[in-house]
Amino acid sequence: MADTFERVKQIIVDRLDADESKVTMEASFKEDLEADSLDVVELVMELEDEFDTEISDEEAEKINTVGDAVNYINSQS
Amino acid sequence: MLNENVALVTGASRGIGRAIALELAAQGAKVAVNYAGSEDKAEAVVQEIKESGGEAIKIQANVSNSGEVKDMVKEVVETFGKLDILVNNAGITRDNLLMRMKEEEFDDVIDTNLKGVFVCTKGVTRQMMKQKFGRIINISSIVGVSGNPGQANYVAAKAGVIGLTKSNAKELAARNITVNAVAPGYITTDMTDQLTEEQREQMLAMIPLGRLGEGEDIARVVRFLATKDADYITGQTIHVDGGMVM
Repeated sequence: MADTFERVKQIIVDRLDADESKVTMEASFKEDLEADSLDVVELVMELEDEFDTEISDEEAEKINTVGDAVNYINSQS
Repeated sequence: MLNENVALVTGASRGIGRAIALELAAQGAKVAVNYAGSEDKAEAVVQEIKESGGEAIKIQANVSNSGEVKDMVKEVVETFGKLDILVNNAGITRDNLLMRMKEEEFDDVIDTNLKGVFVCTKGVTRQMMKQKFGRIINISSIVGVSGNPGQANYVAAKAGVIGLTKSNAKELAARNITVNAVAPGYITTDMTDQLTEEQREQMLAMIPLGRLGEGEDIARVVRFLATKDADYITGQTIHVDGGMVM
């Protein structure tokens, strides 16, 4: 669990150039991390590569916060 | 030059698509020749490219079928390592007067000529976004701007392609992916060979430059849009029609 969060966090920090302290489970990509819709799409693509999983469009649309992403990934493994 | 670039051209076994595939290959691009049914003709295009020292493969896929397109894009990336240029060229006609046009004639043309552009563009976007580079060139038609009797379905699809081009251009610009359209006028291909002599003469009278276009006329503009020279152009529709529609 913690491991997934750390890996997701690292990708977010790299991709969005976000402040590490702002990347919490509750943080919303768009509201707290200043990502636009396209950034989120790209982020989901990177997460798919990092965790070697496929996130369907329907599932991807439900990912709004860092926690949503982490929980989804954990539910798949 | 397009050295090291990888291009996917849909509907590339004949006509304008064939000319585009050969032109991009002549400039050094590795080319995936997509076809729907004409395997022999697609193979001939691949052979012609190889004989000139280029690299090419042929891939069968229905452009409006997202599963087949997904597999096609995967094959291109697995074979050539990336995908820089997509030319959405595949198109069909089912001409008929509005009063006689069957619903399925309308649907078939919209499926291949408009939805196909959406499906293929969506199919390559992921790869291009990762690369932070992409050139998408959609083949529309001048009749999408001017209208044409007997082609309600085709015109609607081709006008739709112009709108789709603009929308996609705005959405993907931030990722260094440009999206442009080329609108051919009256080009000599299998498709236009079906016109009657009378229709042909009427057409000629409307072309200021006084000749029919060749596939190569279109291919050279597509090549330009695919090169670095066109880096600052996106969302545009370039008419290549001898001045027919201004």
